[in-house]
Formats: sequence, C-alpha cells, structure tokens
Amino acid sequence: MPADIAFERIYVELYQQVLQYLMTGVTVGSIYAIIALGFVVIYNVTGIINFAQGEFVMLGAMIMVSLYKNQVPMVAAFVIAVLLTTIIGAALERLAIRPAKGASIVTLIIITIGASITIRGLGLITWGPNTSSLPAFSGDAPLVIGTASIVPQTLWVLVTTAILLIALYLFFERTLLGKAMRACAINMSAARLMGISPSVMAMVSFALSASLGAVGGVVMAPTTLATYDMGTMLALKGFVAAIIGGMSSTPGAVAGGLLVGVLESMGAGLISSGYKDAIAFVVLFLVLFVRPNGIFGGRDTSKGGL
Amino acid sequence: MKQPKWLMVSLLLVLALAALAVGACTATPTPTPTTAPKPPAPAAATPAKPAATAPAATTPAKSAATPAASKPAASKEPYKIGGLFAITGPASSLGIPERNTVQLLEEQINQQGGINGTPVKMVIADTESDETKAVLAAKKLIDEDKVLAIVGPSQSGESLAIADTIEKAEIPLVSAAASIKIVDPVKKWIFKTPQSDSLIVQALVDYLKAKGYTKIGWLSVSNAFGDSGKVEFEKAAPGAGLTTVAKESFGANDTDVTAQLTRVKAANPDAIVVWAIPPAAAIVSKNVAQLGIKQPVFQSHGIGNKQFIDLAGTAANGVRFPVGKLLVADSLSGSDAQKKVLQEYAKGYTAKFDANTLSTFGGHAWDGFWIVAKALEKSGPDRAKLRDAIESNTKEFVGITGVFSFSPTEHNGLDKRAVTMVEIKDGKWVNAE
Amino acid sequence: MRHQNRIILSALFVVIGVLPFVFTSSYHISVMIFIGIHAMLAIGLCLLMGYAGQVSLGHAAFFGLGAYASGILTASYHVDPWLAMGLAAIFTGLVAFIIGKPLFRLKGNNLAMGTLGFGIIVYIMLVEMTDLTGGPSGLRGVPSLSIFGFTFDKDIKYFYLVWALALLFLILSLNIVNSRVGRALRSIHGSEIAAEMLGVDTNKYKIQILIVSAVYASVAGSLYAHYVTFLSPPPFGFKLSIEVLVMVVIGGLSSVYGAIFGAAATTLLSETLRGTVPKLLSGAGGEYEIVVFGVILMVVMIFMPTGLTSGTLNLVRRWRQEKALRVETREAEDGNAVTGVPRVPEGRTAIEDN
Repeated sequence: MPADIAFERIYVELYQQVLQYLMTGVTVGSIYAIIALGFVVIYNVTGIINFAQGEFVMLGAMIMVSLYKNQVPMVAAFVIAVLLTTIIGAALERLAIRPAKGASIVTLIIITIGASITIRGLGLITWGPNTSSLPAFSGDAPLVIGTASIVPQTLWVLVTTAILLIALYLFFERTLLGKAMRACAINMSAARLMGISPSVMAMVSFALSASLGAVGGVVMAPTTLATYDMGTMLALKGFVAAIIGGMSSTPGAVAGGLLVGVLESMGAGLISSGYKDAIAFVVLFLVLFVRPNGIFGGRDTSKGGL
Repeated sequence: MKQPKWLMVSLLLVLALAALAVGACTATPTPTPTTAPKPPAPAAATPAKPAATAPAATTPAKSAATPAASKPAASKEPYKIGGLFAITGPASSLGIPERNTVQLLEEQINQQGGINGTPVKMVIADTESDETKAVLAAKKLIDEDKVLAIVGPSQSGESLAIADTIEKAEIPLVSAAASIKIVDPVKKWIFKTPQSDSLIVQALVDYLKAKGYTKIGWLSVSNAFGDSGKVEFEKAAPGAGLTTVAKESFGANDTDVTAQLTRVKAANPDAIVVWAIPPAAAIVSKNVAQLGIKQPVFQSHGIGNKQFIDLAGTAANGVRFPVGKLLVADSLSGSDAQKKVLQEYAKGYTAKFDANTLSTFGGHAWDGFWIVAKALEKSGPDRAKLRDAIESNTKEFVGITGVFSFSPTEHNGLDKRAVTMVEIKDGKWVNAE
Repeated sequence: MRHQNRIILSALFVVIGVLPFVFTSSYHISVMIFIGIHAMLAIGLCLLMGYAGQVSLGHAAFFGLGAYASGILTASYHVDPWLAMGLAAIFTGLVAFIIGKPLFRLKGNNLAMGTLGFGIIVYIMLVEMTDLTGGPSGLRGVPSLSIFGFTFDKDIKYFYLVWALALLFLILSLNIVNSRVGRALRSIHGSEIAAEMLGVDTNKYKIQILIVSAVYASVAGSLYAHYVTFLSPPPFGFKLSIEVLVMVVIGGLSSVYGAIFGAAATTLLSETLRGTVPKLLSGAGGEYEIVVFGVILMVVMIFMPTGLTSGTLNLVRRWRQEKALRVETREAEDGNAVTGVPRVPEGRTAIEDN
C-alpha cells in the first residue's frame, strides 16, 4: 500500500511537471512560430532565406521600447514601430536585393547576412548594449492552469500568432496581391507573362515579412526582453521551425515553431537542461527523415534556398 | 578554369596591395616612444566637459600629477595605454562601460597634467567578444600601436586566449575578467582587477550558512561566467555544510527558464542560487515569480547594474547577491576607505554617460587604468620596469572593486573587503542584513 | 590547364614566401596566420559547396573537433602534438564518415538545417562535457609545436608551417577537382539525378568530399589550438560557420583559389577597419567597424555576385569586350534591364538548383 501511494505521488508530480513543460514549450514555441512565418513569406516569393529576419524582430521590439520610454502611447508606438520596420524591410529589398538581380540564391543570402550585421551594428550605436523591457500588456499576474502557470503575455503572443496566420491565409488566398505573390512563387516566368512584376512582389514580401517580424518583436518584448542582438538566436530557432514546417507552408511554420519550443522545454525538463537544444535537434532530424518535406510541406523543398 | 593566367597573377598582386594598404594604414601612426615630439593627444588638447573635470575629481589623479608638471602636458610624446574591450558582440554590456570608463579617466588625467607631465593616450581595440579577434587586437596594440601596457580584455576566455601572446611579447596586462585561472598559476606579465569567483562565492556561502539555508537549488548560465561560479560553489559548499539538491543550466540567450525552475522547485530547496548576468538573470527572477516559488532567491555579482532591476521589475525585490561596494557606496560608513572613490567615480561617469551603464565592470577598468597609471609614474615608459612597478607599487591601493595589494605571488590582491551582500528592496540596493 | 595551375601556384608560393619579409611586425604575421587557418577551412567548404553543391552551415564543428581533439590529447594526455594532430584528423574524418550517410539523405534546405544542427550539437558537447573539454571555462596548457628540437615559437615560423599546409591542401584540392572524382562531383552539381543515371554513386562521392573537407578543418583546428594554446567553445560556434560561408562565397565558388582570396579578403577587411574607422570618424569604435563591414559585404556581393575571383575576371573581361563591341554590349545589358529576365551569372552558379 505505502509503495503504491508513493508511486502515485511521483506519477502525479511528474504529470504536473510535464504540464508546466508543455506550457513553457508553447510560450517559447509561439515566439519561434511568428519568426518562422516571416521566413516563409520571403522564401515563398523569392527563394531567399533571409538571415536578417531576426533583425526585423529586434527593430520592432527596440523601436517600440524606445518610443514607449519617451511617453508615446502604446498603440501609437506599436503602429509606428511596425510601419518603420516595414519601410526598412522594403528598403532592404530595394537597396540591397534588387541591385543584385540575377545573382545566385546563395549570394543573395550572403547579402542578407551583411544586412543583418549592419542593422545589428546600427542598433548597438542607437540603443547601446543594454537590454530593455516593455511592461506586459495585461499585467504580470500569472494564470494558473491546473498546476501549471503561464504569464498573460503568452496569450497575447498566441493570439497574435493565430491572427497573423489567418490574416496571411486570407491575404494569399483572397486578395489579388496575395495571389500575384503566390503566382511568383509557383512559376516566376509564367507570372511575368501574366503581367505580374516579380520584383515588386519581392519588395512586398520583404515589407510583409518585416512587418510580421516587427509585430512579433513587440508582442514578445515583455517576455523575451529587448536588446540589439536579440535577433540572432531567435532567427536561428525561427529558421529551424520554418524548415520543419516545410519552409513554404504558413501553418507548417507555426506548427514547427510550437514543436521546436515544446521539444526544447521537454528536453530541458525531463532529460538535461544543458543538452536541451541538442535533444531538440536530434528529434527534428528524425522528423526530417520521416517527412523530408516538413510536417506540413507538400511541395518539393529542394527548390531554391540553400 | 579558362581564365588567362595573367589575370590570376594580377589578382594576387591586387591582394598583396590590399595587404600593403593595411600595413600602411596601421603602420603610419605608430611612432616609437623615442621619436620626435608629436602634436598633443586629442584628449589633452580639446577642452573636456566641465562636469567630468572638476578639480581633484579623483584622488589618484591628484597623486599622479606631480607638482612640477601641474600645467596641461601638451608638448611631450604621450604614454600610450591599450584598452582591449568587448565593445561589440555578446559581452558588449561589459565592454562598453569599460571603454567609457577609460576614456573618462584619460580625459581626467590629462586635465590634471598627465603622468609626470606626460599626457596619456588610450588606444582602444574591440575584441568583438571573440577570442580569435582578441588575439589579433592584442597583437595590434603591442606591435602597431606600441602601447606600454594593456587594460582588459573584458571576458575570461579572451584573457586566457591572449595570455600566451602577452607572455611572449613581455608586456604588462591588467585583465578586467573574473576567472581565477587568469592569475593562478601566477604569470609574470598578467594581473587582474575583478574579484575572483572564489572570493565572491565564499561570501555568499558564508551568508547562506549564517542564515541557516542548507539545501540549495542551483541554476547557472552555460558560459564561462556560470561555469566558474558553479565550480567554485561546488568547492566551497561542503565546507559550510550546504548540499546542492538540484543543478540546472540555461543558455545566455534563453527567453524562458520555467522548465529548469520547475525541476528545481520539485527538489524543494531552502534557497535558490542563480549565477548569470542580465537579461537571462532577470528572466530567471521573473519566472520565479510566475511559478510562485516562495524560496528566497540569491544571485551573483553579475546583476550588479541598474539593468537587472529595470528588467525584472517587481520580481527583483528580495533578491540578495554578493557584489563589490559600488552599488551601495552612499550607504557605506564614512570610515570606509573606498567610499569617496566610489562616489566620485559614480558621479563622474553618470555626468558623461548613460547612468544605466554604470556598473562594477566599468569599475574593473577603472582599477586597471589607475594601477597602470600609478606604476607609470614610478617607472617611466618601459614595459619591463612598468611591470615591476605594478607588482611592487600596488600596495593597499584603494580602487572601485576593492583594496589591492599585489606581490610576486599574488596578481589579484583583493581580500574579503571587496565583497558585500546587497539586497534589492523596492527597486533600490540596500545592504543585506 | 595543368600548366596554368603551375604558374598560378608558383606565383602564390612566391607571394606567400615573400610576405613576411614585407610585413615584419608580429601583428601582420599573426593576421596572415589566421588567414591561412581560415583558408584551410574555406578550401574544404569550397570543395563541398562549389564542386559537390552541398551546403554546410556547421563547418565550424569540424574545426572545433580538430582543435579539441588535439588540445585534449596534448594538454591532458601529453601525446606528441604531431601524432595528436594526425589522430585528430582521423577522428574528425571518422565523424564526417558517420554523419555523412544520414546527412546526405537530406536535400536542399533540410541539408542546411542538418549541418546547422550538427554544428550546434558539437558545440553543446564542447560546453557540456566538462571533464573532457574543460567546459565553458576552457582548456588550458596546449603546448606549442616543435619538430626535432625546432620549436614553432616565433610567429614567423608558424606562418610558414600554416601556409605550407594550406598550400598543400590547395594542391590536393586542385588534384581532386581535376581528377575523375572532380568530374563526378561536378556532375552531381550539374544534376544529381542525371549523374546517378550515368552510374555515378553520388552519395559515395559526396561523403568522400565531406571527409576531405572535415580533415582540412581538423588540421586547421589543431593549428589553431597550438597557436593560441587555449581553447574554449565560443570560437567554434555558429558565427564561425557563417564566417567561413561568407569567405567562400566572397572568394567565389567557381574556383578553389577563390577560397584563399575570400579568407584573406574578409580577415583583412575587418582588421583594416580596426585601424581606419577610428581615424575617419573620430572617436568611432567597434560599433562603427561592424556596420562598415556589413555594408562592404553587401556592396561586394551586389557588384560581384559570383565572388571576388570571377567578379574581377568578369569586370576585366567585360572591359575588354566593351572596348571591342561597346555598342552591342550596352544594348544587351539594357535589354536585360528592361525585361527583367534574370541574367545568368558567368562562371558556375554554385548551388541554387541542386
């Protein structure tokens, strides 16, 4: 009897812990998901893996934080941060990607690496090395679900991810511009023959992706905090999430982000916190072997990219 | 491979020319100390901001300027001191306050007439928080800029990576990095100013023991800083009767540590010790609040700047940590030797730079700068004599980090006085009871 | 072709042999030593990317494995450094062999992620296997190299050692490129399916080339370990993998010589900025240097999309063509610009379609 009770207690404790790990995984994963969406939008239209994606997130978060510190109201600061980042995204395509038209994809990827170094450096000059924070949108009091707890900001991130996902779906399926962008992704020459300008579509994709990154940066800033080099790690995780999702699928990107987040937190909680990223990668490899086109990927992923 | 061969050859020449350009650029402004007098160093010539240059702003400055040379030293070849800091990259929150500090001191000392009437010129190099770049940057300072001594680098890894270069080049180095390995075993040319982790950890362990906490849940960041803290804690804990019931790590860029904290919570410790720097350190404290963990939280000297309080918000309250005295300078007793120096440094720094970057890290560079400057006053511009002077002249030197006494067997020279326990109460630092 | 290679190589030998006499300062020689070490990494990655068309975002892992294998064997077990270097190379080659098979089942972006993951896993192991690697605090006491009582203690001696090996790797690579294997590799690059149809065992060749580039990286790592004499994980992280990738693309994927130019150009650029930026913008520090570095990287890639080597060649070629057929060339260029038809870059265009 006592042995049974002891066993049961361990079982319940473990269950409670796993519930918390799941919550943690969703919290982190929803952040990766938003970044993965940004990768997918650019990749889908241009075939480029944009290494400056993390910098869009950083710009959104840092512009928001500095406006907020200067007493700009939250909503206005949000709009300005997203708009400014969108303009920077479009400018990046105009000034750095388009002039290299005709270059191989790997060259374009190196250009985005250069852009990421430049933007990060400018961020350091503008904002200094310190980390800043943004108050949570609806307080810090944790929400307790069963025995696990999350901060309300996580719900904001999750809801934002869901809204962005639906908005992207509607944009690509229901609007002319979105359809034109998809046409470029499917067959650029044919799209051009139909009067669609692939270079305009490329610029729109960069602008859209930058605004996605900025929105993500703003909603995650209260939990992840904001600093000039926050983009590096986030972009890496977002990139992995996007690939797991098939690189060209928006629902895949979100699922990939959540999967990476949950794997990391389960690995950290159940096995070893030091090896958590390694554990996540090993599982992701297995996923890729079973489903080479990603969990949601339908199309051939070997097209374009790296 | 159809290209004509002469093109390849000419490309090689272009490359050689590019290399030549580097040589030319870096070689021209590097006169040896024996060349003819040059125009004054910019810092000495341009009038500095009044805020930073109040007369007798710092005590050592006064002693450094001998009466004979009280007017601004403009005509002499400046003494060049190298500053090697992680200005960019992950450690920039250490490197930037250090760089700011030595620039401030350069300006102050030249206002006071320099060292024995000779102006001082700081030559700053960025390590990009990268060990390979640190080696190259150190060699540039030594061979191109011909500095007399180097202050920095910011990180332990960088300091150990350049150790071999420093010893071979025979130039004094005063590191601003914490690891005990930098000066243990003692290397002839290498000194360091930050408290070794063993000293900090001992203060914490003594405090935990005094408060009766015996079961400790440990979390550290998986880099050199966290690792060093962990190793020292494992060494010191058994002696004080402490047991570590959970041991977890997290990445410096992690945005959530609740998984690790859930494990620590399950082990039911008396107290939680966290060894990290912001932002990760702040995220841990926020997550502690989120999970409703009731045990007291102790952190390290890594949170010794305003940033931690800003980031962690109310979650920072109640956190206690061992640190140098800079944070609680105003509440030190008047008899404390460091009080005046600390207050003046804080005043001078915040008048010129963002107050949020004022930190004990900048203090490490302050100590390094003055240790070198005071030794230069004795030794003159000679690397070997300067090294000897640093070793023999630094006795009971009152700095920001603590009171230093170097000897041939001790190149860190701090004692218990360099550490105090601080608590965060209502977003302010107070002495912990 | 052989004749031409010989001329270029002799020129390279002469230039490298003379450089230490032109730049005598220990700083300049150190810069050139690191260029040599980076060049070895870049040559290996160039073989893998430019010829076999397989991307790697985890090349730093092989560098780290070589460095740590050498470091651990010599510092902790007092093995002879040269023997340790050989053992490290065998070990790293073996790791490449073991991971090659599953890795090359992945294609395109998945392969990129696979190599990225490999790099991160190796990095985590360097951090976590504290008893063996010293963990994040690092591994001290790696000895200097010496042979028959001749110690490579002075930078200039080390310079010749590093570059002798770098040039050896270059020659080996040129031989690989011009051999049967090289032709097989290029066929993989052209079209893997077509190559397989013709009976080329593509996976075998890809794994072989991965092993070669891993061994190059391992030796480079050993040389790094014995030069710096201290090892800690950060120099072997993702950042270095990206830097090597940049070197290879900047140099140009179409030729292994490009790898050396790429390594030299990136390292020289960042070191030049260290000296010049503070002079151009008074008081400007490291923050400004990295901004200028990023901008130059973008500009080079925009104007020389196929890298410095073929970029320069193309410029020269175009200049010569333009002299001859100025009018026609301009019209053709304009035509391109109007219709927006993608210009096919000259030289091999790397790996966009594998």
